[in-house]
Amino acid sequence: MAKAECTPKWNTLALRNRKTCPTPEKSFQTTFTPVSKDKNSQTAGLLAGGDTQSSNGPSGQFVARGSIESPSKVLLMLVAGLSFSTRLYKLTEPPHVCWDETHFGKMGSYYINRTFFFDVHPPLGKMLIGLAGYMSGYNGTFPFIKPGDKYENQNYWGMRGFCAVLGSFLPIFAYLIVLELSNSCTAAIIAATLLIFDTGCITISQYILLDPILMFFIMAAVLSMVKFNQQRYRSFTASWWFWLVLTGINLAGALGVKFVGLFVIVLVGLNTIGDLWRLLGDMSLSLVDIAKHFLARAFALILLPLILYVTIFAVHFVVLNKSGPGDGFFSSAFQSRLIGNNLHNASMPEYLAFGSTVTIKNLRIAGGYLHSHWHLYPEGVGARQQQVTAYLHKDYNNLWVVHRQQDNNSQSGNPDLVRHGDIVRLEHKETTRNLHSHLHEAPLTKKHFQVTGYGINGTGDANDLWQMEVCGGRKGDPVKVLRSKVRFLHRATGCVLYSSGKTLPKWGWEQIEVTCSPYLKETPSSQWNIEDHINPKLPNISLSVLKPNFLEILLESHIVMFRGNSGLKPKDNEMNSKPWHWPINYQGLRFSGVNATEYRVYLLGNPVVWWINLASLGLYFTMVAVASIATQRGFSLGQQRIEHSLVLVRGGGLLMLGWLLHYAPFFTMGRILYFHHYFPAMLFSSMLTGLTLDILFRSADLLLHPPYSYWFQRTGQLLLLFSILYSFYLFHPLSYGMTGPLAHEPGSAMAGLKWMDSWEF
Amino acid sequence: MSLTCWATDSIHGVEENEGHSWVSEMLQLPLVVTAQVDLLLVLVSLLAFWTRLSHLSYPNAVVFDEVYYGQFVSLYMKRVFFIDDSGPPLGHMILAFGAYLGGFDGNFVWNRIGAEYPTTVNVWSLRLLPALCGALCVPLVYLLTLELKFSHLSALGAAVLLLLENSLIVQSRFMLLESVLIFFVLLAFFSYLRFHNAPSSYSLLSSWSRYIWLILSGVSCGAVVGVKYMGLFSYLLLLVVASLHTWKLIGDKTISHRNVCVQCVHRVLCLVVVPVLLYVFWFYVHLSFLNRSGPHDQLMSSAFQASLQGGLSRITRGQPLEVAYGSQVTLRSSVSQPIPCWLHSHKVNYPIRYDNGRGSSHQQQVTCYPFKDVNNWWIIKDPGRQQLVVDTPPRPVRHGDVIQLVHGMTSRFLNSHDVAAPMSPHTQEVSGYIDFNVSMPAQNLWRVDISNREAESEVWKTILSEVRLVHVNTSAVLKLSGVPLPDWGFRQLEVVADKLFKAHSSSLEWTVEEHRYGTSQEQKEREAELHSPTHIDVDRKISFWAKFVELQWKMLTVKQEESEHKYSSSPLEWITMETNIAYWLHSSTNAQIHLIGNPVSWGVGNLSLLAYQLLAVVYLLRRRRGLKDVPDGVWDQFVCLGCVCVGGWLVNFVPFLLMDKTLFLYHYLPALCYLYLLSPALLEHAHTHLLSSLTHQRALCVGALAVLLSIFLTYRTFCPLTYGSPELSAHQLQGLKWRDTWDILYRRR
Repeated sequence: MAKAECTPKWNTLALRNRKTCPTPEKSFQTTFTPVSKDKNSQTAGLLAGGDTQSSNGPSGQFVARGSIESPSKVLLMLVAGLSFSTRLYKLTEPPHVCWDETHFGKMGSYYINRTFFFDVHPPLGKMLIGLAGYMSGYNGTFPFIKPGDKYENQNYWGMRGFCAVLGSFLPIFAYLIVLELSNSCTAAIIAATLLIFDTGCITISQYILLDPILMFFIMAAVLSMVKFNQQRYRSFTASWWFWLVLTGINLAGALGVKFVGLFVIVLVGLNTIGDLWRLLGDMSLSLVDIAKHFLARAFALILLPLILYVTIFAVHFVVLNKSGPGDGFFSSAFQSRLIGNNLHNASMPEYLAFGSTVTIKNLRIAGGYLHSHWHLYPEGVGARQQQVTAYLHKDYNNLWVVHRQQDNNSQSGNPDLVRHGDIVRLEHKETTRNLHSHLHEAPLTKKHFQVTGYGINGTGDANDLWQMEVCGGRKGDPVKVLRSKVRFLHRATGCVLYSSGKTLPKWGWEQIEVTCSPYLKETPSSQWNIEDHINPKLPNISLSVLKPNFLEILLESHIVMFRGNSGLKPKDNEMNSKPWHWPINYQGLRFSGVNATEYRVYLLGNPVVWWINLASLGLYFTMVAVASIATQRGFSLGQQRIEHSLVLVRGGGLLMLGWLLHYAPFFTMGRILYFHHYFPAMLFSSMLTGLTLDILFRSADLLLHPPYSYWFQRTGQLLLLFSILYSFYLFHPLSYGMTGPLAHEPGSAMAGLKWMDSWEF
Repeated sequence: MSLTCWATDSIHGVEENEGHSWVSEMLQLPLVVTAQVDLLLVLVSLLAFWTRLSHLSYPNAVVFDEVYYGQFVSLYMKRVFFIDDSGPPLGHMILAFGAYLGGFDGNFVWNRIGAEYPTTVNVWSLRLLPALCGALCVPLVYLLTLELKFSHLSALGAAVLLLLENSLIVQSRFMLLESVLIFFVLLAFFSYLRFHNAPSSYSLLSSWSRYIWLILSGVSCGAVVGVKYMGLFSYLLLLVVASLHTWKLIGDKTISHRNVCVQCVHRVLCLVVVPVLLYVFWFYVHLSFLNRSGPHDQLMSSAFQASLQGGLSRITRGQPLEVAYGSQVTLRSSVSQPIPCWLHSHKVNYPIRYDNGRGSSHQQQVTCYPFKDVNNWWIIKDPGRQQLVVDTPPRPVRHGDVIQLVHGMTSRFLNSHDVAAPMSPHTQEVSGYIDFNVSMPAQNLWRVDISNREAESEVWKTILSEVRLVHVNTSAVLKLSGVPLPDWGFRQLEVVADKLFKAHSSSLEWTVEEHRYGTSQEQKEREAELHSPTHIDVDRKISFWAKFVELQWKMLTVKQEESEHKYSSSPLEWITMETNIAYWLHSSTNAQIHLIGNPVSWGVGNLSLLAYQLLAVVYLLRRRRGLKDVPDGVWDQFVCLGCVCVGGWLVNFVPFLLMDKTLFLYHYLPALCYLYLLSPALLEHAHTHLLSSLTHQRALCVGALAVLLSIFLTYRTFCPLTYGSPELSAHQLQGLKWRDTWDILYRRR
């Protein structure tokens, strides 16, 4: 199929290909740039190009365009058909919540219900899921409590179907990308086949997850970037702009779904820098032209995605206007926006008074409420007294009572207001311990002092006294609830109450450390505000909290997200997936079911596909090394060989870079990692495999003489196709569900397929 | 500038007048020895030795991390095995060598910073080697600048910057490793550049001397990586520079293919093979030195422990090799997290109901216990026979055999069943079987699965075999879950049987550690049975490679509780020196030593880093547009400078940003040295190629002189904190607190 038929096929792209063939760039460019916008000149270009080099353009260049296009179109349709059918098959099975559907399905429902929540990922993916659910008639009432819950009569197919459709685009995009990069249908078909018949890609596309949406945007961004690269000699034409803007839009999409989208932004960024570098070296362009190029890219690839990204958040905040489970992560001002929150149109006593019950919130973003509970600091961590922490959720243990130095029972009549410089004693309402500090090291921040709960029922010692200061206030100023920034200075040691933002270990329930800092610099970490204020003896006044502006909200939600992300630390005893496990397909993820009686779905790559990918990575490096040493030593290579090595170095280099960018950073990440994090990288790896294997087959004539090399090439391709199809046949139950005994027991459908002991099916 | 022009490159020492047919000419010429000595180099070297070595034994007390390295030095002196995950052994060995020279016998307890050394400890020799390395860095920087093809004046500048850097002086003067690391890094780069710059000629002699530099570079690389893992990044940088040069060589079409191949092979041999071999060699020395058991034994496998004198090998000496039916054994879990422990049972049952309301089988507890105990003994029984003694000849247990395990003291059978385990409810409970007549039959058959049978043998061997016990009824595997049990389980570790096991997990594997052949039939006798060695002796030899791999793996994976230290800091604070470290405070006075850099040189370094990057960007952009500001030769020199200095700074700084460790200011010192190398060279570049008018050039010179002067003055100012004397008053100390974030200690009087 390939050589005889495929060569004319590429000539659908010949007009462009001709121009991108990099060797004759210089001469070519000088002849044609002046008239490059002219349609007619393209034919001329074709002719001239045909003269300068002949390998790519065989004699049949001028076959009618329609017939040229058809084979590649047909293949594309085939890829699309197979892709959609594999992804949509058995979509509604199993009819219960699988794995992370419990999160993302729930968050989709939150959008339908307009309830505010907190998640570590940006909102676009969940918004789209919510939208898809809404359009397909899901009403947002299913609670998604835990994996395994039956959907019953809920319309969950819409959300799954949406993800599956996006997932079905991946092989198609891969096909187009490889076609652009290598000009070879065979390479493109190999890449697409690998992805279509990979059980992992199928499984991850079939459920309500962010990954198919993320990968859709990543691949779309890469495709539009590659298409844009091909437009390089038609600067500022409509199609040039189209692909450039499309790249920007997809980048915003990728980043809007997960922060992993940053990697594809880096890829596009590096590609653009390389592109600009090439333009800079092009002496036929004036500096003004270069500036134009630069500005166009800056607009489409930086400004536009930024605007879109911000818009996504704007929509997010506008849609979610009801109080929900995510409130406590945000500042008091933020919460006042949410309908149903106790700060929304709040009414409470305006000035803090002695005897009031209050919650005290740290001003650092996502700083948490001052909190204590019955548990003690463990042995070896300072004094063995009651823990004091900062806690992000609203809880009755966040309540403190403000007392004078001495008395415990509030006097009758109007209570006195607390003023700047007053000495106070803070008593934890639930446990009646006093907020206390002393000269012991804090548990994590060793430079600071420990803060504990000490004493009982109001009796304590001199270390329980704190001086309250309003930031920027003078002596005698009252403390305004919600609006005043206050500091608590410890009388005995002179340190200031501080929230370090570090997460305590298990003994501290993974809450945030609170210390007393001897460094008195004013930072949000050492400033607090009074949030809830209950004092029956004072009149409640309606308080309009300063509503934060949009940029503040945006910044705050990002800091909260980043902190949440880095807080996802692997727990003890939990099986932790390591990045080196992933390319070797070491271990999958259980999506549904454990026991023999249950309906089981197991996310695991098709081992044949994955191991071919792995081998191809090594092969790629070898081939590039051989090719570049040969070039560097100046061996004379045939025209075709030179082209091959260029495809390897440029096209392959881009894909390799993509793979590295989507894989290597995980090695440095401290957060908990899962197998599915590898899938974006796996897409790049598969595309690289297509390109590498194709060139390997074509280079068969290095060893064999023409008829044999042709046969070798053909046999290799068929063998590859067959092994992928057969392995898919073997492993398809992983995606489409298995019941019955587990693989290591006799009588299982998967018997004998447990090639690695670490696979759990 | 002109001052140094005539003095040639280095301590080339004595250059003999050699002629081609010198034998015949000898008599006609006078016998001449011409020596050329670079006086500047000698001068800075002397100053360096003076600043680093004078009053080395003051303070006569443990200073900061000496407390950490000291314990290892003591262990070396006593030849006791230890593991230190902070770095490979070469660094410790160098320190230990210094101690050995001074006759230190290892009898000093390093328990507290500030503790006085007794008179028997030769403090001077303990600190000598790091100080020497620190002093030698100064002339090395001088030479390295010359090899980067900058002038003697720049070289002098770099040397002076290094010479007057307080933090480097402090770090060199104590028993610490940074100066050693810096020394080897500089040496590696210097000798590599020496090799690269030497004209390649076909004469055998000169090419030999050229390759000696390459070998020296390889050796230093081996040392760099051997001292600290951070050195790996510097080594990689050197490899990158070398491969760039080699790539150029490959592209050189005037050289024959054969020659290119030979040269490439040479480079690979010297720069890759030699360092790797050396790295392994350090471990070889380390392991052959430390042959006694010690405090860290427990972290290693039984086989490793048995190879050390004392400790386990004393217990296991003479015990039978092959486990047979009737053998009495202790089973140690192969995993050492959270702590090494042995399979254990005792006469206490699982509580009928746990705190959360879940029920148990109420059978006898089986746990994992981290101490040697008589309750750790188990007897291997053949399910088909009643007796608990070993036949003559013994019938060894093989892979795949089904056995029962009887607890020695209580005679309960090791049992598992479909009851949820106490702490890990997704797994099965393991118990000592008691028949309560509640239709819960005994399920006490276990199949022996020797997982390293390919490497060892099909027969179950003491210490060597790693065994999994597969429960026959449920095919679950005996596993240490590692979760501590609550008070009812005496805080011992939970043992479970897990069905869905991961193949790799070493928490499934158990080794027989203590072993004897049982001979007594009666329970009472058996309890009293004494250790009776038999005829077969355990072969305790495990190969060096096995030990090396195990030790290296443990060093990389052992996790110490990382907690913040009072003086720890984050990498970004280092650039602006927001932080310092108090190394030592006199027990009664205000005399103290701090790790504080010279703020002026620090600033100069940062400025030059910025300036270089700016300049490089401007140059690059203009060259791309065809505007060559500097000739190609100068450009190459500029690029080479950037590769070594900016690259060196990056590889020694950026990795820290990604590290999840407790970090200190002294981690920045290697990176800092690269900046000091960069600054004068960049100044020279600006002087010769950027400034055209004479006045500007003069202004620059004057500026540079002024900066040098202020560097000297700052050095003088901080000297009391660097050398710990003279003592300053609280007021003077206050004056030295140039930054609010520095912690300087005052004694309240």
